[in-house]
Amino acid sequence: MPRFLRDYFNRNGIGLGSVMLGLVLFWTIGLIILPQLSMLDFSFRPNLPPPEIGGPKDLYTLENYKYLIFGPEGGSQDYNAVDLRVFYRTLIAAVFVTLFNLILCYPIAYYLAQTKGNHIRVLALMLIIPYWINEILRAFALRIIFGESGVLNNVLVGMGVFDTPFDFIRNDIALYAGLGYAYILLMIFPIYNVIESLDRNQIEAARDMGASWPRIHRRVVIPYAKPGISSGCTMVFMLSAGALAAPQILGGPSSLWFTQLIYQQFNDNSDWPQGAAYAVVLLVTCILLVLALMRLFKVNMGDIGK
Amino acid sequence: MKNFSLMRISIWVYLALFFSYLLGPLVIMSVTAFNSPSFPRAAPWECLTFEWFSALFQDERILNGIKNSVLVGFGTVILSVSMGLAGALMLTQIWPKLRATYYTVIIAPILIPGVVIGISTLVFWDRVSRMLGLGVDSFLSSGLFLTVIGQSTFIASYCMLVLVARLQRYDNALTEAALDLGATHAQTFRKVLLPFMRPAIASAAVLAFLASFENYNTTTFTFGEYPTLTIELAQKVRYGITPAISALAFIIVLLTVFAALFNEASIRRKELVAAARKRATVEELESGKIRLPGFLSSNAAAVVLVVVAIATITVVGTATAYSPAQCIADVKEQKRLETEVRILELRQRRAEEAARRAAEQAEQEPATETAPKPSNNSGFGSVFDPGTLQDGGTEEPEAEPDAPGNNSGFGNVFDPNALQNN
Repeated sequence: MPRFLRDYFNRNGIGLGSVMLGLVLFWTIGLIILPQLSMLDFSFRPNLPPPEIGGPKDLYTLENYKYLIFGPEGGSQDYNAVDLRVFYRTLIAAVFVTLFNLILCYPIAYYLAQTKGNHIRVLALMLIIPYWINEILRAFALRIIFGESGVLNNVLVGMGVFDTPFDFIRNDIALYAGLGYAYILLMIFPIYNVIESLDRNQIEAARDMGASWPRIHRRVVIPYAKPGISSGCTMVFMLSAGALAAPQILGGPSSLWFTQLIYQQFNDNSDWPQGAAYAVVLLVTCILLVLALMRLFKVNMGDIGK
Repeated sequence: MKNFSLMRISIWVYLALFFSYLLGPLVIMSVTAFNSPSFPRAAPWECLTFEWFSALFQDERILNGIKNSVLVGFGTVILSVSMGLAGALMLTQIWPKLRATYYTVIIAPILIPGVVIGISTLVFWDRVSRMLGLGVDSFLSSGLFLTVIGQSTFIASYCMLVLVARLQRYDNALTEAALDLGATHAQTFRKVLLPFMRPAIASAAVLAFLASFENYNTTTFTFGEYPTLTIELAQKVRYGITPAISALAFIIVLLTVFAALFNEASIRRKELVAAARKRATVEELESGKIRLPGFLSSNAAAVVLVVVAIATITVVGTATAYSPAQCIADVKEQKRLETEVRILELRQRRAEEAARRAAEQAEQEPATETAPKPSNNSGFGSVFDPGTLQDGGTEEPEAEPDAPGNNSGFGNVFDPNALQNN
């Protein structure tokens, strides 16, 4: 037995040590690493009926990835314009939702973190309550508001802003509002946690030296809050790019989210390898984007989740 | 100073806007649960009704979904809290060079999209059960097992984060002392470490249950023959929405508010008791006759909690006695009257127009004698006559035939069934 293992069992006892080790190995290898590798492997295989899996036809192929880029073989177009546009649109929209949330939440997080008083507790409670409500129900609430005969249209038509009800769902406004709404808390809390530990004296000092408010934020608060901001942005970006419920409920009939394509491949077309390939593309692209941004803003992986 | 108060006002305006974005949808959704139209809407208000709640409780699929959700939730709580605890303990002991990699691996599921976790779980366990030569209906491909496994993959990471935060404050000397005094490893774990971790384990369990209860992205690929409440809701919402869903949402909102207020009230209560103990004299403490504050005194959360509870009981009480039938009938009657008024107006307008047209025709008759027109008695006949186009005054009747199409309100007014339907 290697020394570190013997040390480990000396420290934890044979029984407890093996239970702990077993759980950790099951989690990391059985639930995290192997399934992802298995999905990767699966995405390189052709779509075969169950009896032929593992047979002579079960060879590695790039077909599923080619499909995303070039479309069906012998198709009329050079590129798979529909799916690629959906993919591109999903990423761009997720970036915008993230920015929108950051701009919306930064003042709130700053205010909550730097103000003392009893009303802060009430505000924090009011922040948490919506987060306990089911994601589907939150999307449903927004659908009631943004629907053609919904509250917002009633108000806007009543005020004379529009003559006829405006179709928020077809124009994707409902979708963006819903995605932003769903992940507000994930943006506020990391930023709040970091700013709360910022010494107020630093801000006072900057103000005494004659710095204006925008300058204080740019030079003192934001550099300090960078880990929280990047952590919040990463979570919101990943979650909104991978969202499925909100696009299904709030998305217009003509616009798709990339996860909906994956869902269709699995459930409607029963083409699992194709769906797995799309999922791999989504995962890898999101991770690369996040890593690139973290490199750009000089933040470590360890700061995420704090 | 003026600048300062301006900033204050703008902060409050911003807070008000932000919280109305956050809470407004929930309030409006709750209101629609009590309004009688079968499409959920808050305005126009028609009748106060509780029928959507009874519709909800008679829905087999919703009830079955709740049962499955609870089942999956318990499985997920047990698996993910124990994996999270093991993962957290391992983080403090692992070989330092491996620690960063290990941390990345166990934190990654939080960032992996739920859809990807669902797919990878499905694909991997499908392969495992095929390798073991198990059939399609084996335990490994049952929806319950797959959902618990898939959800635990990332919920365990949440639990791990909660537990690590508490574990960092644990003094390892306690474990060593217990071992020195002759306790076995299992005893030390059960009697020293677990009691210390209990608050964190409780909050991790609550978090895990809530996360499991509301998960959609992963579950939608793995649920199989065990559709959870969230899956059932999503299917309902996608294919037609009814106020019964608002009713369910209202119940969940209410439960959440109760839980939050209760939590807040008990925290405040603990603070008050601690303060009272601090103030008490030594004799009072020794004799045990310390005067503790009442449950409601200077505890705003407790007061609100009691008020909300009384309001709920009152509403439930009225709901059993109240019948909206009269109001619904009134609304129907009113709609019928409105339709009748519209019909009358429409008839009147037609009569006026016909009269005017007759007059116009009478006027034009002598002027157009040189170009004889076919005599036409029907109301619209002259509209299609090229001669009338030169005359600006007759544009109105041209638009007339379109009117029923333009305004859907008139669309089926002439249908004899329309009155009964409304």
